[in-house]
Amino acid sequence: MLGFFIQLTVSSSEIWQTYGLGFLASRDWDPVNDHYGALPSIVGTLVTTAISLLIALPLAFSAALYLVDARPLVGEILGHAIDLLAAIPSIIYGMWGLFVLAPLMQDYVEPFLVETLKLNTLPVVGKYVGSDYNGFGLLTAGIILSIMILPYICAILRDVFLMTPPMLRESAYGIGCTKWETAKDIILRYGIRGILGAVFIGLGRALGETMAVLFVIGNIMDMPENLLSGATTIASTLANNFPEADGLQRSALFALGLVLLVMSFSIQILAQYYLHATSAKRGEER
Amino acid sequence: MKKKTIFFRKSTDRLVRFASGLAVAVAVAVMFWIIITVFRYGSSALKPGFFLNPSKPYGIPDGGIANAFLGTIFITFGAAVLATPPALLGGICLSEYKEFRRLNAVLRFAANVMMGMPSVIVGLFVYTSVVVPTGNFSGFAGSIALAIIMFPVIMRTTEDMLGMVPYALRESALALGLTRTRTTIQIVCRSARKGLLTGILLALSRVSGETAPLLFTALFADRWPWNYFTQPTANLPVLITEYSTNSPFAEMHRAGWGAALVVTVLVLAINVATRILFREKKHGN
Repeated sequence: MLGFFIQLTVSSSEIWQTYGLGFLASRDWDPVNDHYGALPSIVGTLVTTAISLLIALPLAFSAALYLVDARPLVGEILGHAIDLLAAIPSIIYGMWGLFVLAPLMQDYVEPFLVETLKLNTLPVVGKYVGSDYNGFGLLTAGIILSIMILPYICAILRDVFLMTPPMLRESAYGIGCTKWETAKDIILRYGIRGILGAVFIGLGRALGETMAVLFVIGNIMDMPENLLSGATTIASTLANNFPEADGLQRSALFALGLVLLVMSFSIQILAQYYLHATSAKRGEER
Repeated sequence: MKKKTIFFRKSTDRLVRFASGLAVAVAVAVMFWIIITVFRYGSSALKPGFFLNPSKPYGIPDGGIANAFLGTIFITFGAAVLATPPALLGGICLSEYKEFRRLNAVLRFAANVMMGMPSVIVGLFVYTSVVVPTGNFSGFAGSIALAIIMFPVIMRTTEDMLGMVPYALRESALALGLTRTRTTIQIVCRSARKGLLTGILLALSRVSGETAPLLFTALFADRWPWNYFTQPTANLPVLITEYSTNSPFAEMHRAGWGAALVVTVLVLAINVATRILFREKKHGN
């Protein structure tokens, strides 16, 4: 694992020598003139990840609630179905995104957002939504990612919910709480660390996902102007440009890889910290 | 605190219950949607020749995916062969030799972090440490990348499965005078055999659809994968990527969908099979 850091640092040393830390803040990516900057990729990565979490978290939370309370057989079958969602290779998501979701976004969803809801004419929000659309871009990538991370978050949340001592839940029902109040006030409070852990696991997945994003994000090496515009993420930049790159560009790509590694590494550590805390708690109860 | 009417509370509860049901429905519907899409587009590509002929550049008729299919099998099995023995040993160490606390903590932490490691990074790493020194892309490098991804998965499931073996079994073996090694290998591993297999198969199904690391290591070639150790090797995931993104031709898109169908069926079949296998085991206990 240390090898990863060392290799990537060595391979990217050229770009650090040339640009220093300014590489992270520079926004050009111009292979013709040999100018490279990481900002567009980093921003793209963060925005797609944020969108995917915004969509996936509420969905996963409510789905997990349902599965925990469902009748055994139904819950088991549906749970397996959601687990299978995690088994589908990312490249299949990519193809599906490219041939099904992107046209759908282009023909229905994005016109609806722009022309029917007129989101782009609202004062503050409008700037971030934008009015040009072609189906590829940050929003589409975020949606694909949210579908991909949903099963992971859902599985962990299910475990966390099941960990809540039945005594607590039954007491809550006993004093007349509805199911939602029990979930909100008891299960959520009790398992908050596990939930945070689940969030970070999902975050880590979404950050590093390559193929699905590569297919739908549009791969434009500029600063994304708004949610509907094409952009790029670190991982998809790597996969897209690596085979043709050499010299300084290749070194720049290694540096991007290092940035991604550091990001996902720290997220993993946070996730482990929170999940570890819950498992320690679990240990006490046995 | 403001008092809420019982009507408000009940309707919120209904609403949330409805929303949860909807969330599950959405997730399951999306899964079926994806699978059905793949089947619908993919099935039009399936002809006998599709499975028997190697892939060919555009314009030459009768292209297939046979070489990529074989290449994928070589690469994933190579990865399994590389990853399984050390991963099993690691898992045994984690679950049976609890006295190495320091080592085990480090091992477990590293495995957890590696599980969340983006697969592109693994690809980059193998590129710099295998492809550059040996001078060319090869299927073997692809296997190494996939093995790195498989390793932590197998290790963690091994640990969990061995942990499920009852302690009484170990104690009785030791009481009979067996050495610790024999107990571990002949009693513990034996009774957890199915669980171990499950772990390996699950890891296999996870990596057989991995694409990103293969782009950096195995690449692609329009020929049979006989030069697995020295030359770029054809494989399905990269074939799908190439055909569906870098090609404007409907013919190639169709072949891409066909390949996607094959990969999906392969992965889902392994996955469902392991689940059934594991279920039986649970019931048997």
